[in-house]
Amino acid sequence: MTSAADASPLGGAPVTTAVIAIGTGRPRRIPRPGVWAAALFLALVALAAVAPGLVASGTPDAADAADALQAPGAAHLLGTDANGRDLFARIVFGAAPSLLSGLGATAVAVTAGTALGLLAALGGRVLDQVVMRLVEVLLALPTLLLALLVITVTGPGTANVILAIALYTAPGYARLVRAQTMVIRRTGYVEAATSLGLTRGRIIARHVLPNAFAPLLVLATIEVGTALVAAASLSYLGLGPQPPAPEWGAMLSGGRDYFSVAWWIAVFPGVAITLTVLSITVVGRHLRRLVEGRTS
Amino acid sequence: MSGPRRRTGRLVLTRVGTSVLVLWGAVTVSFTALHLTPGNVADVLIGSSTVTPEVRAQIIADYGLDRPLLTQYATYLGRVLRGDLGQSYQLHESVAAAIGAQLGASVQLTLSALVLAVVASTTLALLTARRARWIRGLSSGLELVGVSIPTFWTAILLLTVFSFQLGWFPAAGGEGFAGLVLPVIAVALPVTTMLTQMMRESLELVLDEPFVLTARARGMPDLGVRLRHALRHTLVPAVTLIGWIVGLLLGSMVPVEQIFSRQGIGQLTLGAVTGKDLPVVMGVVLVTAVLYVVVNILVDLLYLVIDPRLRGAR
Repeated sequence: MTSAADASPLGGAPVTTAVIAIGTGRPRRIPRPGVWAAALFLALVALAAVAPGLVASGTPDAADAADALQAPGAAHLLGTDANGRDLFARIVFGAAPSLLSGLGATAVAVTAGTALGLLAALGGRVLDQVVMRLVEVLLALPTLLLALLVITVTGPGTANVILAIALYTAPGYARLVRAQTMVIRRTGYVEAATSLGLTRGRIIARHVLPNAFAPLLVLATIEVGTALVAAASLSYLGLGPQPPAPEWGAMLSGGRDYFSVAWWIAVFPGVAITLTVLSITVVGRHLRRLVEGRTS
Repeated sequence: MSGPRRRTGRLVLTRVGTSVLVLWGAVTVSFTALHLTPGNVADVLIGSSTVTPEVRAQIIADYGLDRPLLTQYATYLGRVLRGDLGQSYQLHESVAAAIGAQLGASVQLTLSALVLAVVASTTLALLTARRARWIRGLSSGLELVGVSIPTFWTAILLLTVFSFQLGWFPAAGGEGFAGLVLPVIAVALPVTTMLTQMMRESLELVLDEPFVLTARARGMPDLGVRLRHALRHTLVPAVTLIGWIVGLLLGSMVPVEQIFSRQGIGQLTLGAVTGKDLPVVMGVVLVTAVLYVVVNILVDLLYLVIDPRLRGAR
């Protein structure tokens, strides 16, 4: 069966698939100022997530009916929403909840995927077949629909969104770790460690995992962007953090009825999501070039 | 002669096997979801609607809920094989009927977006491959933005600019062509940017091939070389990914149909998720798995049309 799942270790990811499917073709190098700008923006987003009070004055929930639907200006940098809440403050305070789902889903997926990949590579033929067939099936089903199935079962909320996204991203990591492990276990240093009488667990922990780590990290960096988009989409559909949480996707969802009269409500939360994902993609691709340059 | 034939036979068997596996996997995932949901299975199937005790007894009998788990699984598998996707107690109709009624609108949107994406990315790739640095730089930049923009936000932006500000297109539930334009663009955009990037890279590789040099040596103009010789090979990566692209398009139906207030599978699914109507969500997952399998079989056939070399190879 021909599919993107064959072409890419992460079937559900536009960014990765686009690049890996070509194989021979390298993504075009992003100019250095671009990489720096992306890194700087990510640092700012990280600061907003950790200490929003340092980036924006005011609070995200201070509603003021007299101030409702103000256009961007001196008083409110990015305008106000229908409840008179300052959009800039909400976007800054929204960084943490918005990043949480994407980062959380990636962390869960990497952990589960690594475990599955090791199990497939080292657990014997039967286990390998079972795990890899499971991975294939999960990669064949449409990602967002699979996430929706999970949320129908678990109900909405941040933890459930994390679980839903992790379920369909984990198989990609499992595939990568399995492939890496298959290669590494045949290398000289693993043979040396085996002949020195090291235990299996020790060999995995000390030799296999560290060597499989670099490609895993690069893939995860790029995949965080995809996970963020998925989380924002689910929030927009009302399945993530519930209002009045200032999550970016949920802000767009909450402002739905006012797009026709207040364009800024439709624009700025989306700009925050897109710039964050764009910066992650830029930095991720740069990292991959560095890692590939070192290994090839 | 038995060698190649046996290989072809094995290839066909592998493909059929994978298709069956994907479908069986989808059924199993659905069944697992049903049983992982907290609460009594019959109550989960009924969701938030109220039914008479008779209907409840009927559900228990239909799904074999008073029997061992393995029997329930076999019963469920048998029902799905017969095309019975169960009953939606909230919509008061069978899941198959509910999906059937909405499928047309979504297929129209998906196919239009697919055609737009393929045509647009082929044109862009043909125009930008091996061109001046700044053209390629600009299109790479745009592609980077294209893959980073969430589809639902693209849809919101299109709606805000072209419906609310400019008033060019209907804002909600537009019928016919005018209502289709903005949703199709929103759905096609990420696929287009991805395909352009991929096709341009494969086009640039193809332009290095000896047969391209031969064509040029014969005095063929550049555009002729690109259209007559290179284009065919540029389409191969696009075709490889069609199965996966269709999955992506189907996923983006959910927010896009909601934003443009369109009928379709996306709206049906979203309503079912919020209303905890599990039979409908399970049905949609199964139907899309079937679509995936069918599309991939078509893709395999398409290969043979595009690249004549593969006909002998298989």
